Parts: sequence; C-alpha cells; structure tokens
Amino acid sequence: MALSVDEAVSTGPAGDHTPPSRRFGGRGRAVLEVALLTVLAVVMLFPVLWMIETSIKENRDVYAIPAKFFDFKVTMEHFKDVFVASGGGRSTLSASFLNSVLVAGVSTALATVLGVPAAWAYSRFAVKAKKDQLFFILSTRFMPPVVVVIPIFLMYRQVGLIDTKLGLILIYTAFNVPFTIWMMKGFVDEVPAEYEDAAMLDGYTRLQAFRRFTLPLLLPGIAATAVFALIFSWNEFVFAIFLTSSDDVRTAPPAIAGLIGGTTVDWGLVAAASVVFALPVLVFAYLVRKHLVAGVTLGAVRR
Amino acid sequence: MGTVAVRGLRKSFGKVQALDGVTLDIPDGSFFVVLGPSGAGKTTTLRAIAGLEQLDAGSVHLDGRDATGDSPAARDLAMVFQNYALYPRHTAYENIASPLRARRCSSSEIAAAVERMSSLLHIEGLLQRRPAQLSGGEMQRVALARALVRHPRAFLMDEPLTNLDLKLRVEMRTELTRIHRSLGATFVYVTNDQVEALSMADQVAVLREGKVQQVGTPAEVYERPANQWVAGFVGSPPISLLACHAEGDRLVGAEGWTLPRPRWTTAEDGRPLLLGLRAEDLSVEQRGDASLPGELYGLEPLGDRTVVDVRVGTQILKVKARTTVTGTPGERLLVTVDLDRAHLFDAGTGLALSEAGR
Ligand SMILES: Nc1ncnc2c1ncn2[C@@H]1O[C@H](COP(=O)(O)OP(=O)(O)O)[C@@H](O)[C@H]1O
Ligand SMILES: [Mg+2]
Repeated sequence: MALSVDEAVSTGPAGDHTPPSRRFGGRGRAVLEVALLTVLAVVMLFPVLWMIETSIKENRDVYAIPAKFFDFKVTMEHFKDVFVASGGGRSTLSASFLNSVLVAGVSTALATVLGVPAAWAYSRFAVKAKKDQLFFILSTRFMPPVVVVIPIFLMYRQVGLIDTKLGLILIYTAFNVPFTIWMMKGFVDEVPAEYEDAAMLDGYTRLQAFRRFTLPLLLPGIAATAVFALIFSWNEFVFAIFLTSSDDVRTAPPAIAGLIGGTTVDWGLVAAASVVFALPVLVFAYLVRKHLVAGVTLGAVRR
Repeated sequence: MGTVAVRGLRKSFGKVQALDGVTLDIPDGSFFVVLGPSGAGKTTTLRAIAGLEQLDAGSVHLDGRDATGDSPAARDLAMVFQNYALYPRHTAYENIASPLRARRCSSSEIAAAVERMSSLLHIEGLLQRRPAQLSGGEMQRVALARALVRHPRAFLMDEPLTNLDLKLRVEMRTELTRIHRSLGATFVYVTNDQVEALSMADQVAVLREGKVQQVGTPAEVYERPANQWVAGFVGSPPISLLACHAEGDRLVGAEGWTLPRPRWTTAEDGRPLLLGLRAEDLSVEQRGDASLPGELYGLEPLGDRTVVDVRVGTQILKVKARTTVTGTPGERLLVTVDLDRAHLFDAGTGLALSEAGR
C-alpha cells in the first residue's frame, strides 16, 4: 500500500540512532535528502499539475508548441463540456460519473455491511481452522483483476449480468469484502471482548452487546476501511471496461479512457474529466486522513 | 435463593488444560473464595459460571436447575471483571445504570438505584465522569456499583482488589465483607491473595492447574492443608517443609536431626515423608523437648514481628519471633517445634497423612 511506503521512508531516519554527523556529515546528508525528495515530488506531481493546467487552458493553448506553462488563457469551457452535452442537456460523461457514484457507493456499503460482522465473528468466536479461513479470504485478493476477468465475463454472460450496474456492484463487493474483513479484524481485536461480556451479564444479548458497546468504538475504523473500499471501487478500470459497454452503464474510468483514441483527442475535456474524477477521492482521503494512518498501522501491524 | 454449583468443568485452550474437572458447591448467601496462583483457571471458572465460556464438558447449576446452555443474560448473575470492563464511552452513571437499562427499568427506578449505590460506595461526585477520568480505585468502585445495583442470584468477582494499592485494598476488603453481610447474597470471589481469602471467606476452594485441591473454611485450609502444595501456597511466610521418615517413636530427618514422632502419625517406618512447619509453630526463644539444631541465617524484621531464617542442614526454616530477637549469622541455635501443630505429607504423592487421631 502506498501509505506504508511513506511510513517506511519517514521512520527510517527516526529509528536510526547513529549520529548523522558520523555517517554522512549532518549538513550534507540533509541537503541530499531534500534534493532527492524535491526531485521525487516534481516527478510525481508534474503530471497532476499538467492535468490541472490542461483542464483550464483554451484549446489553442493546449495544442501550442512549444507548450505554454504559465502564459495561457484560463477557461472553464472544458468543465462545462464534462457535464453538458454539446446540444444542451446532460452529457454522457456526467451519466458515467453518476454511475460511478452509484456503483462505488453501493458496493462499499454492501462490503461494509457484510465485512464488519464477519470480522467481528472472526475476532470474537472460536471458529474452526480460523487461520486457514482468513488466509483463504485474503487469497482471493492475490489474483489481479485481469487474471480473473475472463472467467467472470463468461459467468456473467450466462446469468445476464454483463453490462449491468448490478454486475459491477457485485464484483466490487466481492473484492472489497475480504479487504474489509482483514482491516476490521485488526480494529475489533483492539476492542477488549470484556465490554461485550459485561454487557451480556447486564442483560443484553450478544448482538445487542455488539451494537451498543463495540460498534461505536469501531466507527473510526469502519470509516477508514470504507474509504479504502470506496477508492478501490471508484478507481477500478479492468472489470469496468470488460464487463460494461453501453453509455448508461459505464463508470467514469472507462468513459474517460474512451475519450482518447478517436481521430482527434479533446485533451482539454480529458483533463477536465480527470480532475473531476480525482476530486472526490482527494476530498475523502483528506477528511479521514487521521483515521487512514491509524487504520493502516492498526490493521497492518496487528497480526 | 442463590446457590451455584459446577460439576466436572473441563475446558482447554489449545494445549493448555485450563479447567480439569472442577466441581464446586457454593451455598446460598456464602462468601465463597476461589484461591489460586495466576493461571490456575480461576477466571475461566467464573466465566464458565457466567456463561461466557464454551465448555468442553461439565455443567453449571443455578438454584438447583441445570443452566449449562443458558445465555449470560438469562443466568441472572452480576460480575466484576478483573480489568473492570467499564464502558469507555459512557459516564460512571450510565455504566452503573446499564444492567437496569438492559432490563428495562423505568428511569426513576434507575435514578434511585444509582443514587443508592453511589452513596453506598462513596462515588457521588464521580457519576458524570468517564472511566478514563477515574483512578483505579474509583473505577473499581464504579465496577462494583454496576454489579451491586441489581439483586442477582449471585455476584461473581474476579480479583476485584488486585489492581489497587495496599492501603485501598485493605480498606475495600472490610467494605466488601460489610456489603456481603448487609446484602446476604452469594458472592463468588476469585483471588490469588491468600490473605484476602483467609480474611474474607466463609469457604475457600484452592485451585491449581485447573484442579480443585481443597475446599473448606479458611481455618480448615490453613490448619489442615490437604496436600503439600496447599500448605505451601496458603500462609505467609510460607510453611517450611523438611524431608524425613518415621523410625519407631522418632521422626528422623534426611539432614540427621530427630524429633519425637507425633502421636497421631500413621505412617509406617521408612516411608519418605515431608514435615511441614509453620513459622508461628516454631520458636527460637522457648525451650521444649522437641527441637532442631541449626544456625542463624538471617533476620527479616517486619515491624510487628521478626522472621528468623534458620538453616537446618541444607534447608531454611522460617521462624516467627518477637522483634527483640537478636543474633549474628552463623550463630548456632535450637529451634523448638510445636509438634501438635506440625503437618506430615507423603513425599511421593504430596497428600497429607490422615490426621484422624489428632
Ligand atoms: N482465551 C484464552 N485463550 C488461550 N488461553 C487461555 C485463555 N483464557 C485462559 N487461558 C489459559 O488458561 C489458563 C487459565 O487461565 P485463567 O482462568 O485466566 O487463570 P487465572 O484467572 O487463575 O489466572 C492459563 O494458562 C491461561 O493462559
Ligand atoms: Mg484471572
């Protein structure tokens, strides 16, 4: 996961107790670090910056050679084109965005509703071959989507789920449930089982005890897990492009990709659509950033 | 009514046999203490009674009725957990009210009951705080109040005083005994502290490695330990055990000493025995006909008395003495033994020899 890489980088120097001066020369090392990080940041951020610039440039400036970095006319036309069709009315892209919202939202909700109770059960109860079961659950995530998409495609064709939103929702849910179980099991393990024991002696049933006393303590973890699931479903491309074809079913990733590849490519539109597509993920990640780090460290370090 | 009985409880966690055939009969209204070292299976026993543990074998009977499969809620018990298990997001008031809420009492009833409990346990000022804002002793009182707020069949308490400092622990001991007497309810109280067991219990069950070693009143457990292990676990300073065997009318120690053979011993000559001597049944100040030669090893002044360590052969005897006792290490002395109060155990099985003739 990207976040664990960040952590590895940041904890490296902190956990290193040798005085820097003896190894590298303190100043020199710091300068080198800053330089490397700057290069890394530029390489990583340049495409993002270029995308944002392109989305607000007039078409003339988009295609200008040499490329214009600063001195261009700002326009919001491309963003209008994302949502409004050329003849007026809703654009097909805006329909794709709505599909994405629906598919990602519903599949995340389903994965959470199914995965959280399962994680609780794996954490609290003596289940036969628990470790093997958990490993099996995780192993369903070992295969990259491209490997399984053909068999899924054939199965979906048999049951009529090809080119339906329900089909996408189901496959995303299936991918997110194992992830939710693993993340949430770490969080549930952190909550002492005694709260539920005490609640049952107070007179509550096992389920009431879970709902009233454990669930509220799990909410931050559930939020973090759900955001990860949401981002997966929102960004997913392979299943979406193989399993859907019509405009009123397609989600945003294949729809945006579909803009590229005609005789002429409207790069301004592509860039604007991409910006719109990236925004919700950024906003969500920002909102739950504290829980994300807590979630990753808890879920990953434990077990 | 509030009798609790367990029959042949067995429970293993992987390779660990936590309970290995535990049978207990807890009479109505008694203060019943389960005493044992850490890992003996005390918590598991309580959890089995409460219905929180899936048993491998055995049954739990409440008021004479088999309750083995019943849910914890249906058993009508209250429990104080070792780590208190107070709900972290709820105030002390809500914690105490929880058992009444769960059983759908009216809010006026709840308010009255919580008020009664908080004045009984002196926590009136703490009711709006959350567990994180309470000290260990305060959390312990809130946990106790949550248990006592109802009138269940029996109260289960898992080492409720272990996490408190000594002064508070002694205070709470008295207070718990007082509460037990005023409620007249059945208390099943788990502890690893033998002083607590001896001072509070009506009856003590000594547990070791999932097996009940002995059940009896504190006096019985102290005066007539069923085996060498119980003798060693109960009592402070610990009992001194000396290897010996009977020869005619003498007991002959492995270290060469001899003592008159107690009249009540039934052991045949030559059988390997252990002679158990408690510190208070030994003396370095008085003279008697039964004495062991040894040398002074060290003095442990404890304030109200001094424990004298005396080396006899290769073993150290702990002897209780007055604080005025003096001596230098290495000094030869005689330890007088009160043989009427001595204990004899079979060295092979560890079981106490029959004391029928005493
Ligand atoms: N949930 C559990 N999982 C694994 N082992 C356990 C569990 N609960 C208790 N044990 C083991 O069972 C034995 C008895 O435990 P416990 O009843 O807690 O002892 P005590 O309360 O007397 O200290 C110990 O060896 C303990 O490690
Ligand atoms: Mg315990």
